[in-house]
Amino acid sequence: MATRQTQILARSLLTPAVGLLFIWMIVPLALTLYFSTLHYSLLDPGSEAFVGLENFRYFLTDPAFLDSLQNTLVLVGSVLALTILLGIPLALLLDQPVIGRNIVRLMVIAPFFVMPTVSALVWKNLLMHPVSGLFAWIASLFHLTPIDWFNDVPLFAVILIVAWQWLPFATLILLTALQSLDEEQKEAAEMDGASALSAFIYITLPHLARPITVVILIETIFLLTVFAEIFVTTGGGPGLQTTNIAFLIYSQALIQFDVGSASAGGLVAVVIANVVAFFLVRIVGRNLEA
Amino acid sequence: MGQITLQDVQKSFGPVHIIKGADLDVADGSFVVFVGPSGCGKTTLLRLIAGLEDVSGGKILIDGKNVVDTPPAKRGLSMVFQSYALYPHMSVRGNIGFGLKMAGLAKDEINRKVEAAAATLNLTPYLDRKPRELSGGQRQRVAIGRAIVREPKAFLFDEPLSNLDAALRVQMRIEVTRLQKQLGTTAIYVTHDQVEAMTMADKIVVLNGGKIEQYGSPLELYERPANLFVAGFIGSPKMNFVTGELAKQQGATTIGVRPEHLRIERDGAGGWQGTIAVAEHLGSDTFLYVDAGPLGMLTARYIGELSLHAGDRVSLMPEPARIHRFDQSGNAVRG
Repeated sequence: MATRQTQILARSLLTPAVGLLFIWMIVPLALTLYFSTLHYSLLDPGSEAFVGLENFRYFLTDPAFLDSLQNTLVLVGSVLALTILLGIPLALLLDQPVIGRNIVRLMVIAPFFVMPTVSALVWKNLLMHPVSGLFAWIASLFHLTPIDWFNDVPLFAVILIVAWQWLPFATLILLTALQSLDEEQKEAAEMDGASALSAFIYITLPHLARPITVVILIETIFLLTVFAEIFVTTGGGPGLQTTNIAFLIYSQALIQFDVGSASAGGLVAVVIANVVAFFLVRIVGRNLEA
Repeated sequence: MGQITLQDVQKSFGPVHIIKGADLDVADGSFVVFVGPSGCGKTTLLRLIAGLEDVSGGKILIDGKNVVDTPPAKRGLSMVFQSYALYPHMSVRGNIGFGLKMAGLAKDEINRKVEAAAATLNLTPYLDRKPRELSGGQRQRVAIGRAIVREPKAFLFDEPLSNLDAALRVQMRIEVTRLQKQLGTTAIYVTHDQVEAMTMADKIVVLNGGKIEQYGSPLELYERPANLFVAGFIGSPKMNFVTGELAKQQGATTIGVRPEHLRIERDGAGGWQGTIAVAEHLGSDTFLYVDAGPLGMLTARYIGELSLHAGDRVSLMPEPARIHRFDQSGNAVRG
């Protein structure tokens, strides 16, 4: 924007879009703030009254809150670990010249395009079903008792499903990073006598530090709000074993019809997300500085 | 020791024949430059010697031992890459010492050797910096440091100066040459710049289309080019070539005269007559591009300033002893 005129023109042209986005964001937030201070139950219409911070006290002291907070953190942490630990070797494999590489790449990326609800249903009914699922059939081949995934290890089952969905994302980002690794650097390491393993540890892994950071930051944002997979498979149970913060808020609002408490929970979730983001940026964000 | 011998080395990528049988003897301690136009296979030949590419045929002997099946690290050579290929996340110290670390040397021994190499290259103040904090010339020196620290049998340079600006290139050219003489290590150096080749080499290999056109000392190539290609490639400005009746009188298909071997006479009667199309006055030299009618454009060089200008008529007198004669297939005719 070189001159004053073009600056003014640009601003006035941008104003409608920015204004619309702002309203789009501020109205729901303001309403959530407003509802969080009300006694507002759909089962008891007409009884709305201002209760101050009572909804927050209620949400935070709910025993389900700490359980779901723990579940959220376990879910995020496990999925991050799985996608990165499996994504690196997968990306390394896909970086090798193999026949039909483009088709293999497309298939690896495919899970990312499947809707969370659909993939959760497929996992629940076709793979993890204790009677008719593929895993049960494999177990029966070895005369083992099939695992009833959603009853015996419900959180782990959800982690598996979510990790399967996010593995392609991690693989893709890491693969593009691998492809940008300077060929001459690998050759220099080869001339320096580095074995394949040392070349990976000393050359490739440091090169991947930045994309790994990107994967962690982006995945965390989405994994904090995992909902469809839990809703479709376990419905948060058994008990509270697979209830995360997002699902807890949902159950407040649409199972217990307590809009006030759900709004308070939503705001708590915003704070948690910011706290997590703050620590993440402190810990891994250093890698992003050039 | 670092004596490298190539015996009928060939390389093809699929149906494309890149190196069509190269024979070469690089004596221990000598500085050999591969020079040629782009795509002539000079870098491929260097990578074959390094072991970064597998040969399609022939033998590569290092100190008499055939190394075609030896991995690069075991050949005892080190290479300086065109892009320097420094490890960006390691300090200068880490970069120079990486090869020694991979060889499993003790930490204090690595440190001692790295510091010695850094001192040779005036890199000591920068040992703890990252490559991105260095200038182009310093990066270049780190890449050379990485090569010398391993005390290799030979250095391989792949157009190492092509990313530097002109002034720095001249300075590094001198530094590399002096360092090589001081260490007495064999060096093979690839470049497309014939000035680099002429100034640095003990011996030059001129490559064209995957074949070695001539192998000899710089002055040998300048004074006795084996064929038209070498004659045209070595020397700047290019040699003038004249074909037809004039060449036939000399018993050749083509005759060549270097611009500096044409005597320039104002309004002269004899020699090759023409009109100056462009005159370049550099102070130290004067280059004249002369339109000589049926002979085509001729270039003449005069040492010093000559006040001739575009449009002036001149006659160019070739020094008889400095006329190169070539037969129909382009090979030099001697005697």
